[in-house]
Amino acid sequence: MQKLQRRTLVKALAAAGIASSTFGLQACSSNDKSQANGKRVVIIGGGFGGSTVAKYIKRFDSSTQVTMIEPKKTYMTCPGSNWYLAGLVDVDYLTHDYETLKTKHGVNVLHQMATGVDAVAKTVTLDNGEVLEYDRLVVSPGIDFIYDAIEGYSEEVAEIFPHAWKAGPQTELLAKQIQEMPQGGRFLMVAPPNPYRCSPGPYERVSMIAEYFKKHNPTATIMVLDPKTKFSKQALFGEGWRDVYGQMIEWYGSQDGATVTKIDVASKTVYSDFDEVSADVINVIPAQKAGKIAFTAGLTDDSGWCPVDQDTFESKIHKDVFVVGDACIAGAMPKSGHSASSQGKMCAAAIVSSLNNLPMPPTRNVNTCYSLVAEDYGISVVGVYENKDGRLSGIPGAGGVSKAGASLQERKMEADYARSWYQSITKDIWHS
Amino acid sequence: MLKRIPAFAASVLLAGNLSLLPSLASAEQVQAISMGEAFATTCFQCHGPEGQHTGGTIPPLAGYPRDLMLQQLKDFKSGKRPSTIMDRHVKGYSDAELEAIADYLATLKP
Repeated sequence: MQKLQRRTLVKALAAAGIASSTFGLQACSSNDKSQANGKRVVIIGGGFGGSTVAKYIKRFDSSTQVTMIEPKKTYMTCPGSNWYLAGLVDVDYLTHDYETLKTKHGVNVLHQMATGVDAVAKTVTLDNGEVLEYDRLVVSPGIDFIYDAIEGYSEEVAEIFPHAWKAGPQTELLAKQIQEMPQGGRFLMVAPPNPYRCSPGPYERVSMIAEYFKKHNPTATIMVLDPKTKFSKQALFGEGWRDVYGQMIEWYGSQDGATVTKIDVASKTVYSDFDEVSADVINVIPAQKAGKIAFTAGLTDDSGWCPVDQDTFESKIHKDVFVVGDACIAGAMPKSGHSASSQGKMCAAAIVSSLNNLPMPPTRNVNTCYSLVAEDYGISVVGVYENKDGRLSGIPGAGGVSKAGASLQERKMEADYARSWYQSITKDIWHS
Repeated sequence: MLKRIPAFAASVLLAGNLSLLPSLASAEQVQAISMGEAFATTCFQCHGPEGQHTGGTIPPLAGYPRDLMLQQLKDFKSGKRPSTIMDRHVKGYSDAELEAIADYLATLKP
């Protein structure tokens, strides 16, 4: 697989080289060198990471020219998308546009797809043939899926057994399947192996589906087959599941033989050493790797993710190219929207400092991740990270998960904070 | 706020007429980002942009008197003030770092 990716990369670089000479004049129209005094930043991706970098570069230094490339006109967040499955929020709540970034901050948002990066010529090619020149490039493409890790699964099968791990039509498809599931039916999740986007996400998802079933399909059952031996906030989820949903949710790990190796679409059956299990709705969350452009640009290593400097998020492979969010290797930091935004702020500070020949401030990254076990039952995990010997590491004594055995009042407070967190972080990134 | 160029100059820049006002654009020097500011920007993810209230249940931070903020942060750290997550956060910072954060937050307008 790695060989194939390298060949693809060579082709992409060659294509970008040709394109930049052919369309060089067009490049000047979108991000003209004369307007920016050598301070042109191009950002690929308008999610939590890329949008934060765009806003915070402008916040720290409005004279830097920032161009963000994002194919979608609006962005639906993965955080909160499980709440949608429970019917607690609607699509509008989860959907954000780029108007404030454009009009208030002067970010040039291009709704195109980036198809190539030439890290030597410092150009980015778009799918309309346009070539952008940059002084610094930020790549924040999120995740892509490894579809062939399970026999019988594919990108096409994902339209039948949705992953819903990139929010949007897949999320709506999964919600529809859950709503249409027969009374007393079985929902089955095939959980992903490490590392993947949002460690507690699959377990919040089954919690929110249980919340829905409790109201609308109380005899339904939920089973999770997991290729891992344990998962994020496991004790807290287990406590909540027992207290709120009784026996509705069953979880089996790799120690039970629950690593799924094969799926049969026609019979809606999944195969593992644990058992052959059939279900009415099957949610397969595949193994993951960095988003496609990270491979095209040659920013990944053998792990399928992007190695970066742990303070600035500059690529260890290509100078003046930065990778933030799920696609980067950020030591002990989990792949979450909150992590991506924290990294985006440190990356913006690094870029503004270097473009203006100013000293870089010390960096400190944080992750705050709330999960709803039920509508009024929230739990959380916190991490505070510093660069220790070239790796982002949790600061000893800080961080950790919510208390076990906390009162229902405390769980309710964390659920309220979860919703408040969502309002704050989306406002910070897209609406202020 | 001082380090940002005036809004009208920014719009001129965007319109591509930099040559008309070169002195204005260069007169506003971008200043180094302090440790307090770099660290405090990550508070905004829960406490709202620029530490301002977003209508939720998490309290705003902007304009908090510096000494009062510092005392609260230290009380979270010692456990004197109960919390759900703030104790888990503040233990990731030295007292000097908490002072730098409190200094910066006090400069933000509510």
